[in-house]
Parts: sequence; structure tokens; C-alpha cells
Amino acid sequence: MGLLITQPKGAAQRLKDGVGAALIALVLGVPMLGLATADVGGALAVITRWPLLAGFVGVVFVGRLFFQWLIDIFSLRKKRREQARPAVAKSRPWLTWIGFAALGLAVMLPIAFSGNRYVIDTATTVLIYVMLGWGLNVVVGLAGLLDLGYVAFYAVGAYSYGLLSTHFGWGFWQTLPVAGLLAASFGLLLGWPTLRLRGDYLAIVTLGFGEIIRLILLNWTEFSGGPNGVNSIPRPTFFGLPFKPDSDDGATFASFFHLEYSPDHRVTFLYYLILALALLTNLFVSRLRKLPVGLAWEAVREDELACKAMGINVTNIKLSAFAIGAMLGGFAGVFFAARQGFISPESFVFSESATILAIVVLGGMGSQLGVVIAALLLVVLPELGRDFSEYRMFLFGAAMILIMVWRPGGIIAKREPTLRLGAAA
Amino acid sequence: MSALNPHDPASPLLLEVENLTMRFGGLTALDNLSLQVPAGKVTSIIGPNGAGKTTFFNCLTGFYKPTEGSVRMHHPQRGPMLLNQMPSYHVARKAGVVRTFQNIRLFPNMTVLENLMVAQHNALQHASRFSLAGLLGLKDYRQAREAALEKARTWLTRLNLLDRADTVTGNLSYGTQRRIEIARALCVDPLLLCLDEPAAGLNPRESAELNELLLYLSREHGKGILLIEHDMSVVMRVSDHICVLNFGHKIAEGSPQHIQQDPHVIKAYLGEEDKDTEEAAA
Amino acid sequence: MGQFIQQLINGLTLGAVYGLIALGYTMVYGIIGMINFAHGDVYMVSAIMAVTFITLLSALGISSVPLMLVLVLVIVIALTSVYGWTVERTAYRPLRNSTRLAPLISAIGMSIFLQNMVQITQGARVKPVPTLLPGSLELFTANGFTVHLAYTQILIVLVTVALLIGFTALITRTSFGRQQRACEQDRTMTALLGINVDRTISLTFMLGAALAAVAGVMVTVYYGVVDFSIGFVAGIKAFTAAVLGGIGSLPGAMLGGLIIGMIESFWSAYLSPEYKDVATFVILILVLMFRPSGLLGRPEVEKV
Repeated sequence: MGLLITQPKGAAQRLKDGVGAALIALVLGVPMLGLATADVGGALAVITRWPLLAGFVGVVFVGRLFFQWLIDIFSLRKKRREQARPAVAKSRPWLTWIGFAALGLAVMLPIAFSGNRYVIDTATTVLIYVMLGWGLNVVVGLAGLLDLGYVAFYAVGAYSYGLLSTHFGWGFWQTLPVAGLLAASFGLLLGWPTLRLRGDYLAIVTLGFGEIIRLILLNWTEFSGGPNGVNSIPRPTFFGLPFKPDSDDGATFASFFHLEYSPDHRVTFLYYLILALALLTNLFVSRLRKLPVGLAWEAVREDELACKAMGINVTNIKLSAFAIGAMLGGFAGVFFAARQGFISPESFVFSESATILAIVVLGGMGSQLGVVIAALLLVVLPELGRDFSEYRMFLFGAAMILIMVWRPGGIIAKREPTLRLGAAA
Repeated sequence: MSALNPHDPASPLLLEVENLTMRFGGLTALDNLSLQVPAGKVTSIIGPNGAGKTTFFNCLTGFYKPTEGSVRMHHPQRGPMLLNQMPSYHVARKAGVVRTFQNIRLFPNMTVLENLMVAQHNALQHASRFSLAGLLGLKDYRQAREAALEKARTWLTRLNLLDRADTVTGNLSYGTQRRIEIARALCVDPLLLCLDEPAAGLNPRESAELNELLLYLSREHGKGILLIEHDMSVVMRVSDHICVLNFGHKIAEGSPQHIQQDPHVIKAYLGEEDKDTEEAAA
Repeated sequence: MGQFIQQLINGLTLGAVYGLIALGYTMVYGIIGMINFAHGDVYMVSAIMAVTFITLLSALGISSVPLMLVLVLVIVIALTSVYGWTVERTAYRPLRNSTRLAPLISAIGMSIFLQNMVQITQGARVKPVPTLLPGSLELFTANGFTVHLAYTQILIVLVTVALLIGFTALITRTSFGRQQRACEQDRTMTALLGINVDRTISLTFMLGAALAAVAGVMVTVYYGVVDFSIGFVAGIKAFTAAVLGGIGSLPGAMLGGLIIGMIESFWSAYLSPEYKDVATFVILILVLMFRPSGLLGRPEVEKV
């Protein structure tokens, strides 16, 4: 797994290199793969798994040789491509087309899979992550601020709806803007003192903040229900029409439209709801990106000092990115609470923040379409098999390292300029 | 000493530096430096490496807080203001003092045009009513944006960069990047432009163009220019006034002719006084 | 009074452990100017390995406690150093000239990777080990409260002090120490002087991992239970300690560790144990806000 980048070498050197990697794999593997402790008859005992270790070492050896070969080819190609690169940033209309095609598919999905609740449910989950990804993308991708506690804002949104609806009878649409503002205020509250800090300090402070929010939700039982969370959160209605079986007390969605009641209606409605929220998010963020504030976000990411020299108040720009990202996370949280009907601190752990970050990083920081692709991959792949979901976070971690080393820009790495002189004329 | 007359109506006083001292721990990088910079003229700061030139710029533009002394900007509309008490972004935004960097600091993944638009952020952000008018695409904002594009286009044309407008800046040559940095600074509408070694790395043709640009900016646009430069072909040709620093002290000040003959300057540059060099300089 | 002294002892022990981990953060920060986000997980890996080797060696019939401790320490230190080396080699070195965000993300990826790797290969359950050093000294009794000083606590403090002496000698007296300090000052110049900067950075990561390994073994012996998730919180606490002491400062890391250990111990005893982690996070945020250079660190001057 170890050494990734080296110069092209001769066969003997390659072999030596492979053996070196295998040796390191052996040392790393003995305590983790070769040996393990397990509960045997009430006491801990050591079990051995030498075949597994041997397999791992073999894979590393062969893999190392293979990757060396691959790197040689790639670096040659890259050189050729760089020589041929045109100076002017090309417009890529096909990306827009892919975007529209994906949108068409998303709209058609409930019709194509009508009655297949599982598919629509999974697609809804994907869209929640897409929305979260787009929200975090403002902070990480555009403004270049590493936020490791994004899930805190998601939690603020979810608990806002959960508590306001169960205690005060607020509806979904009433709560949505309030929760967004509340999440944004939390963003400002955290950002105001900390955004002056260096990037890695900011990362660890946001991580701490996410944990503080979770620990408070977990321990302040009178307020948040503690580990039991908030139950029987009302589901969103279709402009006042609830999704439930026909009954005497008022019209329902089914009775109003003279349909036969089916629980699928709500599932489909929720799907379209999150699709609409996600699309609004996308529209909002893409418009912001073309406005002065969006341009300034990217400029801050590129060079803070140069921004200051241009008279830009860097702290305000960062704060705006932080607050808007937090607000979008809050919106997604409200939807999450409304969809689940039940929330608890379990849903807002660090690994959730890490998943959203992985989506942004893998998709390509700053790229909207990349986030969709990454969210699809990261949500759908674990659904394919139980085994896979166990390895989910493990693979995310590995993917984050590999992507940073090989393609720091993510799946869709190339940045699209926000304006052109040709087009603007 | 051919000290400037600050009351010369053709070149009103812009910047007044008084007794500026900057210490880092035990090291005194700037020692009791005073200087006056008028509008419409080129004032150069020269001196050997480590003389404190860039530190001086950092003190002017709010990146360092000077240990002692004051930097006063005489803004023609807004009146006098103390730069040494302002946060760095106010220096550009309120006082109209804009700098470039010795080691070019562009936004490398953004296009040339985008770099120039970022420089107009404050005006545009104001016109977009903190994004609200911008999100709705209101007329005010659209007009402001057109005006900003026009300004960018003007400077791009003047600096021969128009065909590069949609190129990502990180891929461009060093000399081109230097010009982009100047164009970007000009888009902030500075009253005083502080250039930190703008001729470094330029070929002779490019540095001749730079000379012409500096004269054009000061004479035609009335901008004050403060120049740090090692390239004497630039300094001697364009400067109206030169200030020589050595180890944080001002050792001489005056017109280019005066400086070329100053024994202190010759000593600082050549080590010791010697008849031959004095003759050569004369 | 009795409880106060007891908490002081407990806090000191805990602080020694945090201090050892914090040294790793501070050293790595000093040399590459970045936080090693995976450091807490390297510590966790070492604790898991300590469980494995304590179990293995007792199964092999080693009954002498000192021998056992020395063997486990040596093995775990050696293996953990290799983990530290690998972390640097995969998550940091390829990105040394990349954007400032890239190594942060790869390091977080490494942290997630290590934690889940251990969960998959070693299981998610809490691992108990039999106490190696049972018993304690009864110091005194006041108001019916007996103050205990466990043998493991004595061990932890002694080992930590010994390590600190050795470690200070290593940094101030040896040629590696000089190279390491030179790299901290100016990496390019150090390279021009013919010093192998890559090797120095690798060694720094290994040394940090070795110190974390000592902490891992000590914690395993002290608490007797370990699982795959201990690296996260311990990492943040040790990091807080490093920042509190002044990141980049070696005595600062130890001092910060002791303070954090004390605060945690007293907070749990007198205020609310549920919020002891919140207390650490709040301290971290406050220190970064009001005194980012820490107690013993030097303020950073921004280079323009």
C-alpha cells in the first residue's frame, strides 16, 4: 500500500521496490491481519490468520509492480497532454448536457419505478446527500475551508423541526426558513471567532464543535430527549393535505385527488420534495458562484493575502460561506427529520460529517455534478451488499487518500470559469 | 537635497510617512524612516537586499503593524487617514493604497478576467446589495457588472492582455503574470499604487513597456506610484524621486541624478568609496 | 481533601498519557507545519497491538511482569513506528507540494482508514486484558476517604519522566536532533546543506508514533480495556494539550497534557462526567481564539 510515487525504473529496481513494499506490508500486517484477539470461552485469546496475511502481502507485491507500471504509462501520457494543452479554458457544454440528462432521469425515476418503494427510498437518501454535498461544497470546495463538523448544522435543522413540530405544532414549511436561519446563526457563532485561524486549526475546531453539539443533544435529556431522541415527528403534508388513510376528520391527499390510498404516495412526495429542495440549492449556489461573493469565495481559497491587498474583508467572505453552507445543511436536516419521523444523536456522528466530506472531495471540490456522481456512488454501493456496507467507511478513508494523491481535483476536476469576456461582450 | 515641495499644486501630497520603525524581536528592519509620496509622480525605493524595502510596503499596507511612527494617507475626498491603524483590507478599500507582491500572488486557478473582477469586489458586492439584487438579476447590478467588465477590458487592452482574458492565470508566463498583477491592482482604482519589484524576471522589451506604463499611469492618470525595484534601467528612467534604504535606514533621497552621485549610495552598493567608481557614476 | 489529592494523582497519570501523544503532534507540526490528523489513530493501533501481544505473551507462558512489559513495549514501539512511517509516506509525502487543503484531507482519510481497518480486522468489541500490575499503595486516609496510588500510575509517571529525559537528550544532543531542528527552521536551506530532509521527516513521524505507542501500552495496562474508537477522543485531547502548551514546543506539549489531564479528572469528579469531553473542546476553542500560540509557544509571523 505504501510508496506511491517514484521515478520510472529498470526491472531489477522495480522488483526490489516491490519486495520492499511487500516487506512493509508484512510488518504492518502481522499485528492486524496475521494476529487478532477474540473472545474465546470468556477470555481473550489470540487467533492467527496467516493465509490472510500471506494473501495481503502477495497482493501488495503484485499491486505495487502493477501500479509502478501504470504510473509510468500515465505520467508519459500526462506529459503529452500537457504539451498539447490549449491556453484558453475551454467551455465544456457536454457537462451541462449530462446535468440535464441526470435531471430528466431524476424526475422520471418514481414513474419508472412506481411501486418500488426501496428504489425511491434509496434515491431519496442519495438526494439528501447530494443536497448536503452541495451545501458543504460552498464551504470546502469554493471557499476552501475544511469543515469537519458539518453534521452539526444538519442536526440543528433536524432538531429544530423535531422540537418545534412536536412541542409547538409547527409545520414543515413554517419551520424550514426558521431552521435554516438558526443553522446559519450557529454557523456564524462558530465561524466568527474561529475563521481567522489557519486551515488545519479550523478543521479541528469544527470537528470539536460537531462533537459538542452531539454531546449536548445526547446529555441534555430535558431539551432533546437525550439518547432516545425525538419521536413521532409529523410528516410533511401536501399543501395541508396529509398522507394517511381516508378518515372522517378532513380531507387527505388520497381523498382530495380521488385516489385510492397508498403509502407509496408519501414516499413519492418526499422524493419530489427533496428533489425540489436539492434543485433549489443547486440553483442558489450556482447563481451565488457567479456573483461577487462567489468569486470572492474562490479568491479567498486561492490566496487570502492577495484578497486583503484587493481590499476584500476576508473574514466576512469566509463567514458568508460558512453561514450559507450551514443554512443549506439546516434545510437538509429539516427534511431528514420530516422524512424519518424520528431523530436521535446517533444520526449526527462524526462519520456522517466524514461521509459528506468524502462526497465533496471525491466529486471534485467546487463541482456540482461531481457531488451527484459521488453521492450516488457512496450511497448506492453500500446498498449492493451487506459486506460492502461494513467496508463503507474503510473504503471512504482509502478513497480520500488515493484521490488526494492522484487526482486532487476529484472526479470532475476541471473548474469552469464563472464568466468570459467573449460571452460577456 | 532636492526634497519635494508638498504644496506643489500639480502633485499634491498623497502619503506621509513619519518616523516609521519596525522591530522584529531584536532586529530593527526599519529605523525611523520618513518619506513623502506625491500624486502623479513615481517615487522609488531602492537599496540592497535586506534593506527593509518589502517590510516598508508591509507596514504601509497594513500587513505589519509598525512598532513606532505613523503612515498618513491624504485622501483627496475622504481627508487624512492613518494607515498604520487600519486593517489591511481597509488600506486598499478606504485609503486607495494598493500593492503588488514581490513573489506574484494571483489567483492561479481563476482566469485573468476573474482575477480582475475579484479586484472590483467591493463595488460589485455593494451593487449586488450583498447578493440579493444579484440573485434577482436587478438592473442596478447588471449595470455595475457591465461597468466592471468595461474597466477590466480597458486595463486588459492597455496592458496587452486582452487575448489572455479567458486563460487560467497559473498557466501563463512569468512576465505575463506580472502584468496581470498590475492590471488587477489597477482595477481596484488605487490613488497610490505600490509595486514590489515589478520588473523582476522581465525581458528588456517587457521592462521597456513597464517604463512606459508607469509614466503613463503617473502622468495621464495622476496616480501616485511607489516603486521597489532593483533594475536601475527602470528606476533611473521613470523615477521622479528616489529614496535609498540600507539596513533599515534612509541613507539618501533625491532626484535620480542626485542619487547617482551620492557617495553614501555608492558606498552601500559597492562596499567602499573609491575614486574610480565615483568617476564612473558621474 | 482526600478526594482532591486522589484526583490530582489521577489527573497526573492521565496528563502524562496525553502529554506523550501530544509530543507526537507537536513534533510533526514543528517539522512540516501541519497537524497529523491520523496521530490519534496511530495511538489506538498501538493500544490494540498491546492487547494482542500481552495476550500472546501470556499464552506463551511469560509470567514475569517486568519482562512482559519490556517485551510488549519493544514490540509495539517497533511496529507502531512502521505505522507512523507509512502514514507519512502515503498521506503526506506525495502531497508536500500540493494545495494546503490536500494533505489535510488525505490525513483525515488516513484517520478514517486506520480506525475502520482496526474495526474490520480486530472486531468492534471492547477488548479487556487482565491487569498486569494489580494493587496500589494506600497513601493516607482523610475523612474516611483513602487515597490510593496504583502501581500502574507510578509506572506511567516513571516511564514518562524517563522518556522525557531521553527524548530531550535526543533532540538537543544528537545529530538527528540537530537535523530535526534545522528542518523546522528552514527546510530548503537544510536540504541545500546536504541533509536528507525526507529521512528526517520520516524519522520524526516514527518518533512521534513511538511515543504514542508508549502511551498506548500504558493506557492498556492502566485501564485494561481498549477498543477501535479510542483514538478519536484521545487524539483531540492530546491535540488540545499540544495547542494549549504552544504547538511546536516540546515542554509545552507535556505541560498542556498535564493541564488537560487535571481538568478532565477534576471536571469528572466535581462537575459533570458527561460533559468532560465538551470541557476539552471548549478549552481548545478558547485557546485558539485568545492565545493561538499557547502557553509556551512563539507567535507566528505571517510571511508576505
